[in-house]
Formats: sequence, structure tokens, C-alpha cells
Amino acid sequence: MILLIKYTLLYAVVLMLVALGGMFSERSGVINIALEGIMTIGGLAGVFVLSLFGGTVSGPVLVAFAVLASVASGMVYSLLLAFSAITLKADQTIGGTALNMLATAIAIVAVKAFNNSSASGNGAASAKLTYDNGPFIYSVGPITINIFLILGVILLVCSSVFLFKTKWGLRLRACGEHPQAADSVGINVYHWRYAGVVISGALGGLGGLAYIVPSVSTWNFEVGVAGAGFLALAVMIFGQWKPYRIAGAAVFFAVFKSLSNIADSTVLASFGLSKNIYSMMPFIASMIILAFTSKNSRAPKAEGIPYDKGAR
Amino acid sequence: MNEKGKDMILSIGASLVCIIIGLFVGFLILCCINSGNAMDGFQRILKGGFYLKPKGIGSEITQAAPLIMTGLSVAFAFKTGLFNIGAAGQYTVGIFGALYSAIILGMPWYVCLLAAMFCGAVWGALPGIFKAYFNVNEVITSIMFNWIGLYLVNELLYTGFHGAMYDQKTTRTYKLSAAAPQALIPDGGLNAIFKTSSTTIAIFLAVIIAIIMYIILNRTTFGYELKACGFNKDAARYAGINEKRNIILSMTIAGALAGIGAGLYFLSGASEWNPQVATALPAIGFNGIPVALLAMSNPIGVVFSAIFVSHVSVGGAYLPTKYFQPEIADLIVAVIIYLCAFVMLFKGVALNLFKRKNKEGK
Repeated sequence: MILLIKYTLLYAVVLMLVALGGMFSERSGVINIALEGIMTIGGLAGVFVLSLFGGTVSGPVLVAFAVLASVASGMVYSLLLAFSAITLKADQTIGGTALNMLATAIAIVAVKAFNNSSASGNGAASAKLTYDNGPFIYSVGPITINIFLILGVILLVCSSVFLFKTKWGLRLRACGEHPQAADSVGINVYHWRYAGVVISGALGGLGGLAYIVPSVSTWNFEVGVAGAGFLALAVMIFGQWKPYRIAGAAVFFAVFKSLSNIADSTVLASFGLSKNIYSMMPFIASMIILAFTSKNSRAPKAEGIPYDKGAR
Repeated sequence: MNEKGKDMILSIGASLVCIIIGLFVGFLILCCINSGNAMDGFQRILKGGFYLKPKGIGSEITQAAPLIMTGLSVAFAFKTGLFNIGAAGQYTVGIFGALYSAIILGMPWYVCLLAAMFCGAVWGALPGIFKAYFNVNEVITSIMFNWIGLYLVNELLYTGFHGAMYDQKTTRTYKLSAAAPQALIPDGGLNAIFKTSSTTIAIFLAVIIAIIMYIILNRTTFGYELKACGFNKDAARYAGINEKRNIILSMTIAGALAGIGAGLYFLSGASEWNPQVATALPAIGFNGIPVALLAMSNPIGVVFSAIFVSHVSVGGAYLPTKYFQPEIADLIVAVIIYLCAFVMLFKGVALNLFKRKNKEGK
């Protein structure tokens, strides 16, 4: 049971962070299907920091560096999506898909090149990076808590306040609901959409680090982040683009996601179902939920439509 | 020159621009990793299969056949207004269909191919049903079904049917040449020409299917109805077209095409599935997206762009692993798709230039 809680908390934070990221982007009017790729890049940058500086600087400094690296790289990478979707008015889904594929390729090439150069260049390097995740984890009684849980709760409250209690949040939402109206009162739609996508890049990058680091100490970048970014999209839809509902949805999905982690070591093993079946669960659950919630979905009205100042 | 011809030349030109920029980015990356050997590496990518004649050309052809099919799958869906990002999952489920009927049922190759097609079609129809009846975006659904399909196929091929398809020794599914030779697609002498073991008539089948798809889309009422739904759903419904049925049909056909792709590749004996390590979806499925985009969703164009993508990835495999990673080829392909996303923009700029020139001329 404690194991279940542990993994649920772990995944809930990740899914929530990334889904919040997706929410900012979609509230501003840009569909961000590149979340998976942004997570990979963010995780890659953070893990690189960990394996380069691990042991040379003190724990908290290392954590801060890794978090900053993942956030910054997520923001930079999301600019690619913003550029194609907002400035060039390209198809947002295709651009996002390209960035997902690009991210995995970049991660594999970068990690292999890095391993190749450090292993005296004998070729055939793997795409795995090993690091120490100790500084991220604190034990409280029987449960271990990682730093991302605390960060996640803070960011959740901040997101909600920003979106619904500040004028900036109102402007961002206006750009996603009715950009022409927003423009008519002097809001620069392009700027706010850029802002929305970059915020989602920051949260997505952080989510990538939070997905990879706390649970294991070796990561094989050939799998990217194994579909977590897409699950976060489902969490966002289930959460109806509202911060606290997203948090609830994230916990719900995280329970399903953790089942495959604890399948071998707990009472679940006695059912005789294999790990693959449990791995399928979150995806099946999201399909069922999407089928029932999509009919009366409250998606931002202008999402996915490039804003053209000249269009009527 | 008439409008249609001009448009086609512009499309080809825009795709070529994407390809050139993509290759250039690839060259820059090679320089970053190891500048001394960058020129050699880049030449190998450009030469592709021709680097290691005739074997390389043979494997390029083997790779191109499934790519044509997944490319057709994505292109067909695009033409009908849908984005089939699920080709990877439909391809994976198609693998199961092919291997099951080959190893367990001992069927001849054409039946196995039909089984692969059927499995792919089912996996394509599901997102179509979700889209038509529950209004769930087909992109999200297809992605979810990609993962469900992957885990399902892993499970079935590994432990399903008492592990009858899984070879403990090689940790992969049984080699068809040993376990089910009747299920191998005939090679028509191609293996002898290219000195390979898996170059079969699959490529010809793929090209024939591409031509059939072209005819269906451009010369039949059925294709016209499907395309009409893609252009404007509401107008199509007003004209008396059943748009729900057409969405499901489009996705089913797209899935069937991807399934055939899996059959063509695995029934050629080109590869075996490794259900223990396969935690990522097969790249051939996703590479259908750049293939379709480069071809501007034209079924005949798909044949050429599939050969190009296969050329680059075979070239990537010949990179010296001492200095470079074969995934650099994937990187180039991904950059090309990113550029394809705004290929319309290139086209728009070029069209404007033409128009301005015409006005000045008058």
C-alpha cells in the first residue's frame, strides 16, 4: 500500500506539472502536442547536469542547477513550437509531432556522443545515463518525498492564482477564447501566445526531470519519456483546462500508472496478469474517460487556430 | 503551363527545400560531433544504400516497402481531413496479425498479408469510431491506441498461445525462414541480384497499392466523398454524405494500409519482433508522417519520398559508429518534418512571387 502511495505521488506530480503546462499553452490558443518531446529535452538537460556535476557540488546546489537546466531547456525547445505555430502559422499538430520525434533523436545522439567521448571512443555506446538521485529525495516516516512534490504544490497554487486572479491570466485566456476580441482591446495576441507556449515549456521540462530522476538512477533515453507527455494531455482534457481539476485528474491517472510498477512485488502479482496488461491500464482508462467527457468539453474556443491579424 | 502543373512543381520544389535544409542541419550536427570525419559521414548518408552495393540497395528497397505503406496510411487520412498519427500502432498490431497467421496457423504469405491488413484495419477503425461517435480528437485517440497496441502485441507475442511464437534462444519471435517458410513473400530473384536475404516483391506490391490508392482518391465517387468530408464536414453532410461513416471508413482504410506495411516487412523476413525490449513504437510507423508530408499526400509522391527516407536511414546505419550515431538519420528526418509543417508557407511565398510577376508582366 505504501508502495502504491509512493508511486502515485511520484507520477501524480509529473502528470500534474506537465498537464498544467499544456493548460497554459492551450488556454493561450496553441495545441501543445509536443509536451512529450519537451519533457524528454528537459529531462535530458537536467540529467546531464546531474551526471556532469554530481559529487562536485553540494546537494541543494546540484538540485537547483538541474531544475534550472531542465526548465530553461524546456523553454528554449518550446520556442521552436511557438515559432512554427504562431509566427509561421503552421499546423500545430504536425509541428508538435515533429518536435516529439526530434527530441528523442536529439536525446539519443547527444547521450551516445557523450558516452562515446567519455568511454575513450570505442564506439557502440549506449543511450543510458547514470546519476545520483539522492539529493532529490527526503524521507518522512515510511514515505519518501521528493523535491518535486513540494515544487508541484507551489506551482499548482501559483498557476491557479495567475490564471484566474490576475489581469495577465485574463489576457492569456482571452487569446485562447476569442483572439480577435483580445486584439481589439490592445492585447498583443502573438506575444501572449508565445508566453503561453514558453510557460508550458518550462513546466514540461521540469516535468521531464521529475519523471526521470526520483524513481530510478539510470535512464535509457531511447524510449524518451515513454508516453507520459501524451498521458498528461489526457489529464489536461479530463481536468477540463482548470488547475485544481487537473491536479485531481493527475492523481486518478497516477494510480493506474503506478499499478505496473508495483505489479511484481505486491498482492497484484497473485492475479497472474503480466506487466504489459498493467502498462496498458492508464491508456485504456484515459480512452474511456475521454469518450465520456469529450461531448461536453470546455476546451478553449480558439485553440488550434493560428491567429491571423488580417482575417475577419 | 496550366495551374495544376504549376502547383505540382511548386509542391515538389517546397519539399526539396525542406530536404536540403534538413540535410544541411544534419551536416552541421556531424560537424559538431566530430568535425574531422564529418565530410565522410555526410557522404555516407547521401550515398545511402549505394555506399555498400548491391547489398545496401537491397536493404533500402526492403525498408522502402513498409514505408510506402505507412506513408500511404498517413497520406490517405490527410486527404480525408484526418491526422493518422496512429500508423505506428496499426503497424504494430499488423505485425501480430502477420506473425500469428504465419507461425501458429501456418498460412501462406498472401493470407498472412491479409491478416496483417485486417488487424491494422481494426486498430485504425477504433480511433475512427471514437472520433465519429464520441467527438474525441483522432490525434489523442490514435496516440493512446499506439501504446495500448504496443503492450498488447508484446504480451501476445511473448506469453500468448503458451509462448509459441517466442524463441527463448534469440529472445525474439521465431525466424520465419525456419519456422514458417511458406509465409515468406516470394523474392522473385531479387535476393540473388542484391545478395540479400530479405529483398522480396514486397516493393512491387507496395507500388501497386499506391497506384490503386491514387485511382480511388482521384477517379472514384467513393474517394471524392471521403475528400469532401476532409475539405468541409458540414458541407459534405449538407450534400447528403454520411460523414460519420466516412470518418470511420477513412481511418479503417488508413489502418489497413499500415497493417499491410507491417506484413510486407515482417513477411519478407527482414526482422523479428523482440517483445521484451520493444518499449518504443516502431520508427517505420512514425516515419510515415514525413513520407506523407514530403509527398504532399499524393499517393504516387509517397513512393518517391518513402524511397528517400529509406535512403537516408540506410545511410545513417552506415555511419562509422566509432564517431557517429545512426540516430543522426532520424534527427535529419525529424528536422525535415518540422520544416514540412510550414511548407505551405514556402508555397505561399512562391505563389505570391509568381502572381506579382504576372501582374508586372501585364
